[in-house]
This record gives sequence, C-alpha cells and structure tokens, in this order.
Amino acid sequence: MNHKRLWLCVAAVLIAGVAVAIGIAWEPAIAPIAAVPPATFDRRLKLEGARVVALGDCAVCHTAKNGKPFAGGLPLATPFGTIYATNITPDGQTGIGNWSEEAFARALRRGIARDGHPLYPAFPYVHFTRMSDHDIAAAYAYLMSREPVHAQTPANRLIFPLNHRPLVAFWNVLFLRAGPRDADPEKDAQWNRGKLLVDGLGHCAACHSPLDPIGGEKAGHAFDGGVVDGWDAPPLNALNRAARPWTQAQLAAYLRTGHASEHGAAAGPMLPVTRDLATVPQEDVEAIAAYILSIQKPAVRNDVTSSEMKVAATSPTAAQQRGSVLFAASCAQCHGAGSPMQTLGERPGLAFSTAVNAPTPRNAIQTILGGIGWHGEDATTYMPAFGGLYDDRQVADLVTFLRGAWSTQPAWIDVEAAVTKIRQENDAR
Amino acid sequence: MISLTVNGVRHALDVDPSTPLLYALRNDLHLHGAKFGCGLGQCGACTVIVDGQPVFSCVLPVSAVGTRSVRTVEGLGSADRPGPLQSAFIKHQAVQCGYCIAGMIMRAQALLDRNPHPTENELREHMQPNLCRCGTHLRILAAIREVAGMPAPDAGAAAVHQPDHQKAV
Repeated sequence: MNHKRLWLCVAAVLIAGVAVAIGIAWEPAIAPIAAVPPATFDRRLKLEGARVVALGDCAVCHTAKNGKPFAGGLPLATPFGTIYATNITPDGQTGIGNWSEEAFARALRRGIARDGHPLYPAFPYVHFTRMSDHDIAAAYAYLMSREPVHAQTPANRLIFPLNHRPLVAFWNVLFLRAGPRDADPEKDAQWNRGKLLVDGLGHCAACHSPLDPIGGEKAGHAFDGGVVDGWDAPPLNALNRAARPWTQAQLAAYLRTGHASEHGAAAGPMLPVTRDLATVPQEDVEAIAAYILSIQKPAVRNDVTSSEMKVAATSPTAAQQRGSVLFAASCAQCHGAGSPMQTLGERPGLAFSTAVNAPTPRNAIQTILGGIGWHGEDATTYMPAFGGLYDDRQVADLVTFLRGAWSTQPAWIDVEAAVTKIRQENDAR
Repeated sequence: MISLTVNGVRHALDVDPSTPLLYALRNDLHLHGAKFGCGLGQCGACTVIVDGQPVFSCVLPVSAVGTRSVRTVEGLGSADRPGPLQSAFIKHQAVQCGYCIAGMIMRAQALLDRNPHPTENELREHMQPNLCRCGTHLRILAAIREVAGMPAPDAGAAAVHQPDHQKAV
C-alpha cells in the first residue's frame, strides 16, 4: 500500500512539474495580420522610428554582408553554435509582415516570436524590454514601412540541447526582468536618458560585459568588457584608465564619427555601430557619453605623460627588432612620428591607442590581420589588411614591437600563439 | 643579401631589409609595371601577386617576402605577345592614363587563378581595393568578364552595394 501511495506522490509531483514547465515555456501565438500599407503610419512616427532603430543598431545584426538592409541572414558566432539573424523586413512569409504591433512589442519585451516560439537571447530583448511603448510603436512604424525582402533565414546550428528552443524559457526566468524601469529622480534628465539608451535600446552591455557559462551577462560585472566576434569589447567602466582619460566630448565624438583624437578609431563590430549612431541627434550620443562616464570605477593608474615615444628601458628583443623592420616598411607611412597622416584630422599616435595599451593583444592583432575596410563615402579611417601579407610570426613580431615601443604597460606574452588562434577563429567564422 | 624570386627568376639583392617590395622591383630589378600611387596601401597601383595573393607591394618589406614567389605584370606577357587579360584590356580600351592598370590586371589575375569563373558579386568585391581615377572601372570589369567567360550584368546589379536603410523615410 505504502509503495502505491509513494508512486502516486511521485507521479503527482512529476505531473505538477511538467505543468509548471509547460506554464513557463508555453506562449500563445498572436493572430497574423494582413499586410499594412506603409502610408497608414504617421510620417513623424516613422521618422522617430528611424532614430530608434539606429540607436538600437538593428541593421548591424539584421543585415548580412552585401545583403539587403534588415533582411537578416548574418551569422552570429556564439560559444553555443551559430545563430542567424532573422529577416525583419515586412515580408509576409519570411519577415515580420504579418506581425501586429502587439506581437512586435512582445518580441522586444519578452523575446517571443509572433507564433509563440521563444527567440534566442542573442537578440537582446533583456535590454530592449526597457524601451518605452512610444519607442516600440515608432520602431514598428519604421520597420513595417521598409521595402519587404523575401529572404528565408538559414537554420541555426546550435549544440544539443540548446537547439531545443523551449529551454530558453528557463533562461528567461534567470535573466529577464521584463518591462520599463523608473527614472532615477536623484539624477538629471540627460543622465536618465543616457541610462535608458545604454541599458535599453543601445544594449551596450550585451557586448561590453563578460558572459557566464550559459550566456547570461555575469551578475555584478556589467560593462567590465567582453569578447564579441573575435574582438575584445573594452570595459566601459575603465575609460579613466586610458593613457589619457576619456572626456565626454571625446566619447560623444567617437560614437558619432568612429574616431577619438586621443584613443583611436572604431574597428571590428564597433565600426558599424558608430555608422548607425552617426545618424542620430547629437543630444542622444551626449546622453550616452554622460551616463557612461558616470559609471567609471576609481582610476588606478595613468602612466603616459607625453605623446613622445617612450624610451625603451631595456635593449629590444630579437622579435622587436624584426618587428621594427616590418613597421618601417608597412606602417610608418601613416603611423610613424611626423608622417603626413599624423597631422590630419586629429589622429592619435600609437602611444594613445586603446588597442596598443589593452590588457590583451587581441584587437591589435585583429586590426593588423583585417585592417579597417572602406565604410562609406565619407570614411576617414581606412587601413589595409596585412593578414595575407604576413605569417603568424611576422604579425607577432610587429605586435610585440608596437607594445614595447609605444606602451608603458607590461609586455604581452605568447603573442604568436594568440595570432595563430585568432586566425583560426576568424577562418571558422 | 636578400633572395627574391620574381616571375620565376631568383635574384639576390643588396638592399635594406625594410625596403618596400615595390622599390626593389622598380629600382633594383627595373620592372616598371607596378606603380607608386599613394605609398599607403590605399590605391592598388602597386599590386603584385605574392604566393597567389594580390598584395600592395608599397607596404610589404622585401625581407618579409621570404621564399614566396612574386609575379608582376611583366610575367603575364609582353607588348608583342600580351597575355589573355592584357589582350582583353587592350580590346575593351580599359586604359585611359594607364597608371592603375598593371595593378588592376594583377589583382584580376589573382582572382582568376583561384576562381576562373567568379560571380559578378565576387568580381566586384575582389576588385574593390583598386582605384582608377580616370574612372574606367566599367571597361576594366568588362575586360575581366570576357576572360572569365562571364555574362554582362543586368542593369540592377550595380545597386547591390548601396545601403538604402539610411535614406529618407
């Protein structure tokens, strides 16, 4: 008898557990709608939507290389496999053409697609959830009045068991706090606007924070820096530890132009972000900059006191000597002291470069391997790629030379192995 | 002495190791096809092929070439006996002032060696780094298409690279 009762209890607990799990994971579909003519949206709302969509960097992920804007298909390499960004043009079959505004808002606030399936958190709904209702309505009006593109998103390639979407519901229990947040009455309007843009729409922490083993942003480490697409996303709370501490004016200019007079140029995944932010009003990037500068950790050191090249305290190593030969032929035309490029457009010398002074050589290596491509007619930063010219040891020699000649930070170690590894990662992407 | 193999011939050069490959080719080996354009790796007039890769020879130190073989436009044919790309460039009158052309031909050759029948997008993406200030890009592309046996593109193809999401609402 006791056995029977025990089994009944176990069965009851199991059934209750499954019911709770289904309750957590199950979401209803929202009815599809007929195609909405773009003219039905208010023109001013669409214009505001352009600003919202630029601040949210939607096009950066939702546009494939050489693809149509917002038509998706860009592969995002994650530690758990490859996810393809979806088509968010108003195409009825392959895009969001039959999504109502309610369905669109649910996707942004809670990461649920119109048909009820959970979206992967590579889509930063944990941040977009803070958007205001008005911003969501504006973004909807703008996206729904783009040109519909018929483009089927490729199937994701994720490892087991993460290829099973309903598991995302349990991730959401841990990481999603849905809904907007109240403004902080102690702080001024600009700071609150900046915080909303940084934590919400701009989702800066999605790249600039370390991730925990299941892909959530590590609690208590927001803005401590992360790795994305093979690049270091530098910490945003240590801008006062740069060779020259960042100023608000420099940060605002960097966000809009991709160029900072005492820090360097945007490259890698940050470059398209600055291209988007170039289109938003100055007051928005000022607000972002003001908020970012308010979250700095106490400064610990600030060594570089002049723009002059540091005098090496020790004699150069063989690697540095080999690197200096490469530098003289490949780099000095633009980066050497007194070169014409150094006198144009407030370009910083290498002593101020964020990449040369970083804790790891990753971004210096990536910049040398891939350069900075042409990016629009008004691009002021360009650098040829040297990945096809140099072997791993040559890249390592050059990086080692740069660090020794221009930074007061300790030498990087195992640079050649890092070059080999980064090249392999790039090839696999 | 630095050893350098150009168009199948091995040379020993007594030059500073940081001399750009372009200077060694022009000043020491008297191969004047590759041109000095910007000296910054921005224009492509100096493009030669190193181990199958199109490279800006103005920013590659001669000592970094090592054992890799270098090909220049002189290796593709001569004025009397032009190679296939050179013939096509002549036929399509792809040359106006001619300064960029050696680099254009070498970049195109590197593509066709690796991929004899590229798509229109692959062709345009590959040729993008090389600039022609006379503006003969369309004739240059037509010449390359002929050698690759590619069809002429339809009128809409040129718009592929234009981002239109930032245009007015």
